[in-house]
Amino acid sequence: MSNELFPNVVWEKIWAATMETLYMTAISVVATFVLGILLGLLLFLTSKGNIWENRLINGVIASFVNIFRSIPFIILIILLIPFTKLVVGTILGANAALPALIIGAAPFYARMVEIALREIDKGVIEAAKAMGATTTTIIWKVLLPEALPALVSGITVTAIALVGYTAMAGVVGAGGLGNLAYLEGFQRNNNDVTFVATVLILIIVFIIQFIGDFVTSKIDKR
Amino acid sequence: MITLSNVTKVYKAASGHVTAVDHVNLHIEQGEIFGIIGYSGAGKSSLIRLLNGLEKPTSGEVIVDGKDMGKISGKQLRQARQQIGMIFQHFNLLWSRTVRENIAFPLEIAGVPKEERMKRVDELVQLVGLQGREHAYPSQLSGGQKQRVGIARALANNPKVLLCDEATSALDPQTTDSILDLLVDINKRLGLTIVLITHEMHVIRKICDRVAVMENGKIVEMGEVLHVFRKPEQPITKRFVQQVTEPEETKEAMLHLLERYPNGKVVQLTFVGEAAEQPLITQLIRQFDLNINILQGKISQTHHGSYGVLFIHLDGANEEIERALAFIRQQEVEVEVLANVQ
Repeated sequence: MSNELFPNVVWEKIWAATMETLYMTAISVVATFVLGILLGLLLFLTSKGNIWENRLINGVIASFVNIFRSIPFIILIILLIPFTKLVVGTILGANAALPALIIGAAPFYARMVEIALREIDKGVIEAAKAMGATTTTIIWKVLLPEALPALVSGITVTAIALVGYTAMAGVVGAGGLGNLAYLEGFQRNNNDVTFVATVLILIIVFIIQFIGDFVTSKIDKR
Repeated sequence: MITLSNVTKVYKAASGHVTAVDHVNLHIEQGEIFGIIGYSGAGKSSLIRLLNGLEKPTSGEVIVDGKDMGKISGKQLRQARQQIGMIFQHFNLLWSRTVRENIAFPLEIAGVPKEERMKRVDELVQLVGLQGREHAYPSQLSGGQKQRVGIARALANNPKVLLCDEATSALDPQTTDSILDLLVDINKRLGLTIVLITHEMHVIRKICDRVAVMENGKIVEMGEVLHVFRKPEQPITKRFVQQVTEPEETKEAMLHLLERYPNGKVVQLTFVGEAAEQPLITQLIRQFDLNINILQGKISQTHHGSYGVLFIHLDGANEEIERALAFIRQQEVEVEVLANVQ
């Protein structure tokens, strides 16, 4: 039956492309999570009235975040080609997409982390200080746990954006479902391939959203 | 236990300098419950934060348990803070932790091993009466229960001083009383020094040994609670004392009474301590040829004895009234003759 409905779909290729998309998404989400939290924490802690208040560092990080958040992703990939070549050694394949994906998404997530941290009641941080907590303790036992639901829902949104980015990266040669839809589907006029690739991307997005919502509701005790 | 000498705190703001604490001198004894009262913006929040180094004085010295809180920093400051508990108006609990985990937090900070930590948490849950709620999250607790968690958390490391930052201002009157009772209980049982700031005279009346009244960063009046109640000197102190001694409608009612009794005198009597329990009115009626009409009265309990206000109307010959007033004054009762305002 599948041959009649989708005459041009080669399921092995679809499977391989799905795996590539999942691989790119998974690695870039993990890296974005770590890097974004790091940048977000720095943004928060160096902002006015906070523990490491420092206008210079805050200004530098904020401009870095703003610049990379503003560049359209498709342009960012092209701009990063020399960098990618240096780091990964090639500009083709799933691994070559990773630097652009991470550099594109981490600043976006860093802003969400900063907002999540700013939402924490200042009084709770003050209480921890009054108990004699070190800054490390405040970060690990107050800031991150108290902001966790917002951090998780933020990474969910970012992960979904990243699925979209992998499709774009696919068009310029990174592989995955985007690449398949563009090369095999659009350029050869095989609408069934484009359709199947789209449905699979949608399913991935729905699964990510479901997991994100589920985890957020589990950890949110407010 | 706590000594502030000539302490000033100035904030730099866009509109210029703001002096939040202005040359404050203060000495608080060990085991004392010391209240600081003032309206918002009087500088009492800044003052209490100087005591645990959350704020640093611009000048002057803040000595708590022998440590200069304005000078020490880093590890020394963090260790000193473990000896000073603090509770807050909005409780400031970690919502991501259960009651037990919240109480355990300061113990984790102090590096207490897990087994000991759990034992101490159990004791504290008992102390503040939260048995059965140990595994609840703060969002599942009432305001009073949250403050009990706050108190347990503040006491976890056996501090010598407990700072209360408007600790009952977000609670209803009944809950306020139960929290205040708990604080007195802790003070007696553990010999803890308690410093509290508030804008409610009720709180001062109920638990404090001594009180300082703050206005514009300065301490304008200070003394034993009963003494301040009996003889408030500054206008602001009088207003605070009125908060608890006179119901809202008293002034209006008095005006009305003055109109209704054009003859004789309406007198306000203020009794403190022993005097409050003497049969003064009986003596007046027996010794003087006067008609005495009791208009309104109220008796309040302070931490150190009772304090009462009575409004009476004396009717009779002017000389007799004067003699009666002189007699009352001899009984260590404050007398104020209310004049017709019109």
